[in-house]
This record gives sequence, structure tokens and C-alpha cells, in this order.
Amino acid sequence: MLKTLVSGDTPRSPILLAILIVILICLAFAPFLFPGVRSVDTAARICIFIVLVASYGLLLGYGGIVSFAHTMFFGLGAYGVALASTHMGRGFDALLVGSVAGAGLAALLALVIGLFSLRVRAIFFAMITLAVASAVAVLVSQLSTLTGGEDGLSFKIPRALGPAFKFMDGELFGVKANGKLLKYYLVFISCFVLFLLMLRVVNSPFGRVLQAIRENDFRAEAIGYRVVHYRVAATCLSAAIAALAGALYAVWLRYVGPDTTLSMEIMIDILLMVVIGGMGTMYGAVIGATLFVLAQNYLQNVLSLAGESVSSLPLLPDLLNADRWLLWLGVLFILSVYFFPTGIVGRLRGK
Amino acid sequence: MSAAPEHAPTMAKMSLTERLAPHAPILLVIALILAGLVAIPATSSWLTLTVSGLAMGMMIFIMASGLTLVFGLMDVINFGHGAFVSVGAFVGVSFLLLLEHMTGAPNLLWNLTALMVAIVGAMTATGVMGWAFERVIVKPVYGHHLKQILVTMGGLIVVEQLIIVLWGPEEIYITRPEALKGAITFAGAALEKYRLVAVGIGLVVFLAMRWTLRRTKIGLIVRAGVENSEMVQALGYNLRMVFIGVFVAGSALAGLGGVLWGLYQEVITAHMGNQTMILVFIVVIIGGLGSVEGCFIGALLVGLMQNYVAFLEPKAALISNIALMVAILMWRPMGMIPVVKAK
Repeated sequence: MLKTLVSGDTPRSPILLAILIVILICLAFAPFLFPGVRSVDTAARICIFIVLVASYGLLLGYGGIVSFAHTMFFGLGAYGVALASTHMGRGFDALLVGSVAGAGLAALLALVIGLFSLRVRAIFFAMITLAVASAVAVLVSQLSTLTGGEDGLSFKIPRALGPAFKFMDGELFGVKANGKLLKYYLVFISCFVLFLLMLRVVNSPFGRVLQAIRENDFRAEAIGYRVVHYRVAATCLSAAIAALAGALYAVWLRYVGPDTTLSMEIMIDILLMVVIGGMGTMYGAVIGATLFVLAQNYLQNVLSLAGESVSSLPLLPDLLNADRWLLWLGVLFILSVYFFPTGIVGRLRGK
Repeated sequence: MSAAPEHAPTMAKMSLTERLAPHAPILLVIALILAGLVAIPATSSWLTLTVSGLAMGMMIFIMASGLTLVFGLMDVINFGHGAFVSVGAFVGVSFLLLLEHMTGAPNLLWNLTALMVAIVGAMTATGVMGWAFERVIVKPVYGHHLKQILVTMGGLIVVEQLIIVLWGPEEIYITRPEALKGAITFAGAALEKYRLVAVGIGLVVFLAMRWTLRRTKIGLIVRAGVENSEMVQALGYNLRMVFIGVFVAGSALAGLGGVLWGLYQEVITAHMGNQTMILVFIVVIIGGLGSVEGCFIGALLVGLMQNYVAFLEPKAALISNIALMVAILMWRPMGMIPVVKAK
């Protein structure tokens, strides 16, 4: 039963299994285990980023395709929900229409970009997505009448998901039984289902072919698989799921803006999460996203403490400044690509 | 035995389209300029825009040429190329700020000397950096595209952050040398002096590069290496050494492009390299990976397109270049002048 649920792709390592179970339990009961606005917010971010990073892992780890437009697809879903909620009024129908429209548009855009670039050379895809994603980011900040520009859009979500809504009197295990709790579980369950869906996809015959193409595209073509079709299909699927993750993120934040969904920084974060967690396995996304979001929320404080402790020395305080943590991430990223290409999961599985 | 059929070999004259096909890319530039003339109401503003489009194209070409050659020669795709642009700009601007007494004087000779010092300084710095980048970042991942993209992207992040550490997070505003400020009027159109200088420098670089590639032995090896690197290696040339040379030269050119671009925008930030990379990638793709001529023509197209469209419909400027790329890839999927064959 459990094995069917994870599509036969078991963690294959006791430590990995233990870590995954801990993460699952922590996320499933986050509002009860870690009450407090900031920790629940962190848990929701982890859920959403697991899906986002897993969808990117589908492309990078299984398809061997580097895309720099993943935040664009993420943003399409987020803006889809925001625009639908703004124009259709609050309600679940708006959320549904917005996320479906966002996902559809993302898949369509991925199809067009994929057909243009993947049929020639897979590396064109990386360059073209970089160009298109930047153009879209600029466009979103320019079309301020539609998208709110740099300020973004705040919108109303259904009343049932707001803190004012009570679905039962009193408290549930010491936590207020309000819409905020429902919203967390909406995010958590959607993410869980999407993750299992992706696990199903990568362990299907389709996923096998993708892996074959990643290892040797020439040979896969020779065996008779249409490499371009498979690559484009993987791109579309990954884009659609990224858009759904974006929709969830927008619902969670009740806000979209270029900085939270479209920025290059998020793209770099995704890359880091995939590489650190482990390419070529969905569980890598879980580990990578969890570690990274936790580090992002809590490690920056450590870095600034380190910066203060060396404040008398020249240059070092600047290097250890909390704003410079991207520098250390970059170094970590390069080192992990060299020495650690299978990431944490690969190490745990003993590859 | 039947007689052989009547056989009269003729050499049919090639049709006009067949004869024009090899020159299509350069004709496209002319067509674009003419289209601009039609679309833009005033001739004087058309002239201004054309000059600034050419200037922008030249600068993009300078930045992109190294990237395209590096790819053509060793199949290495460097997503960190923008880092050299940023570093070049920062080093160059630091020199210009040091030489303020020279740039501030209204004396063309002094100004150009200061500019030359800044350019040489920036190119030296980025050249050395390119060498280090090749040794440390690119060398361990030869022949592995996926890792190359990831690692060079990581290198870009690190360099950008180091720039912020060394020069501070604020953008730096700079003024152009005194004699290069302002514009001259020609046929009713205001032509900024600095843009004319940029066009001049770009042309010099392009011609020098073309001469090196076409007339020298090293150029011959590079061109042959782009077409078929295995063959060149089999003939006994150490293509790796040539490649390092090209990488360093390409990095130095990116640094030159950075100085020019910084003075063109009159403001520099650590992220400017990555921002220009968007246009650089478009240029490299539409030109055809590995082709210097294609890169040059692509850069002119992108520069002109950007300026014309920004004048006619400001919001569509960046989209227009994507549209241009899509159109060219539909016409020639490998870019306008495809050269990389045996890979």
C-alpha cells in the first residue's frame, strides 16, 4: 500500500527514510507542533518549495534540461490566482479558475519555448529561457495597471481560509480552529498530492525514457524514442506543476509581487535546492527545500553573529555580512556540483 | 545499341534569391534600417536612433564575441560571462575616477588617454580573471554541459557578490569624460559623441578580430577548431592551449564591453553583467553559436531593433528582441550563420 503510494520508489536508505518521515510528520502537524506565525509560515513555504523544486528536479534531474524560466512559470500560477481573485471576487471558483488558467498558460508557454529551442540543441533552452524569463519579469513590472507593477497585488482569498472564520468552537489541541489552519492544510495536502503525482510520473515508463535521454540522447533517439517530444512533454508538465505551486504560494501569502515570485534570486535558490538535495531523485527536492528554507530563515542570523565577532579585522566583516550569504551559497553550490553531484540523497543512498 | 542521349551540359544562371541567400543576414540589417526609416516619422530622429542602435550593437558584439568563440571552440557554454562585464566596468570606472583630473579637463587627447588607461586596466583585470575562471571553474567540467551551466552560474553569483564586497552594494554613477559629453548635430540629428566613439571602437575590434581570424595562423587554427576540433587535434595542435588563449581574450573583450557599457548607461551595478547577458545570449543564438560574423550581424540587429522599438513603443522593446529571435530561429534553426558542424 505504502509502496504503491510512493510508486515503488522507496528511499532505499534507512537514514534517508528516517529523515523523510521526520520531515513529513513535522510538516503534517506543523500548526500543532510549532505554533506561532513564523514557524507555520516557514512550514508552508517548505511545502510549496518542495513541489516547486521537485518540478524543477523533474526537468533537470530526470530530463537533463536546464531552465531559467522556472520562476516565470511559478509566477504565472501566482499571478493567475491573484488576477482571478481580483476580478472575479473572492471565492474558491476564482482560485480554481486562476490556478488552472495559470497552469495552462505555463504549459502552453513551455510548449512554445520547448519547440523552438529543444529541437535544435538542449543548451539553447537554457539561454532562451533566461532571455524570456527576464523579458517577462520586466513586462510584469511595466504593466502596472494589470499586475500592480513593482508593488504587486494584494487580494482577498475566500473567507473560509481567513483567520476570522471559525469551523468549530474553541480550540483544537491548543490551536485556534480558524481558517488559517484550513489554509495551511489546503497548502499541505495539495503539495502532498502534487508530490506523489510527480513521484508517479518519474517512476512511470515516461520517466524511464527521460532518464535514458538524460544519459544519452543520441542513443535514445536511435532506439526509437522521439527525444524532442519527451523533452517538450517533460517541460510542459514541469511548468504546469510549477504554476500550481505558484498558485498555492499566492493563496498562502494573499499577495503576489515580482520579488516573491519572479526574481532571479528565487531561481538561484531553486537551483541550489535541487543540487544540494540531489539531482535525479524526487526526495532530493524534499531534503534540499527543507534545509534551504530553514537555513534561509534561521542561518542568516548566525552569519551576522559571525560577522560581528570578526568586526575588528579588515574585509572579513564584509565577507561575513548577512547580506552576503548568497556569496557563500554560490561557493557551496560550485563545490557541491564538483564533489557532491548526487547531493545529499545520493550520498545517503551510497551512490 | 542505342546512341547515347543527346547531352548538352549547361550551367544555369543562379536565380537572384539563390545568389542573395549567403548575404541574407547582412541584407537583413539593411532591411531593418530601411524599415526603421519608414516607421519613424522624422528622418532626424531616425538617424539618431540608428547611430545609437549601432553603438549598442557594437557594445553587445564586443561582449558576445568571446562567448560565441569559446563555445564554438571547446563546446563550453559560459553562463558566467556576465561576471567579466561587471568586473570590467567596475575596474574601468575605478581607473576613471582615479584619473578624474584627466577626464574632467575639456581636452580630447587627455580624455581619450584616460579612457585608454581605464580600458587597458579593465581588460588586463578581466583577462587575468578569465584565466583563473577557466582554470578553477570551467576546467573540471569539460564536456559536461549540464555541470558547465550550473558551475558557471555559481561562478557568476560568487563574482557578483565579491564585487559588492569590494565596491559596496550601491550603484556607482559616473560621468563621461568631458570632451565626450554632449552631441554633435549632423543633418538636423543630434548624435551623441560618446556613441560615435563606441561605434568606432566596436568597428576597430570587429575588424581586428576578423583580420586575426582570417589572416593569421592562430586565426586559422581557431576557425578550423570551431569547425572540427577533433581533426585539428589529430593534426597535432594543442587546442587546449588555444582555447585558454581564446577564453582569456574573450574575457578581456567582455571587460572592454563592460567599460563601454558602463559609460553608455552612466551607472554601474554588480548585476549589470547578468542583465546584459540577456541581450548577449539572444545575439549569440541568432548569430549562430561559434560564428563571429553572425554574432556581429546579430548584435547590430538587436541594437537597432531595441532602439527603434523603444522609440515607437517603449514597453515592447525587450519583447521585440525575443520576437526577433523567434523569427530568426524559425528561418534558420541553428542561427543565421551556423558554423559548428562536427559536434
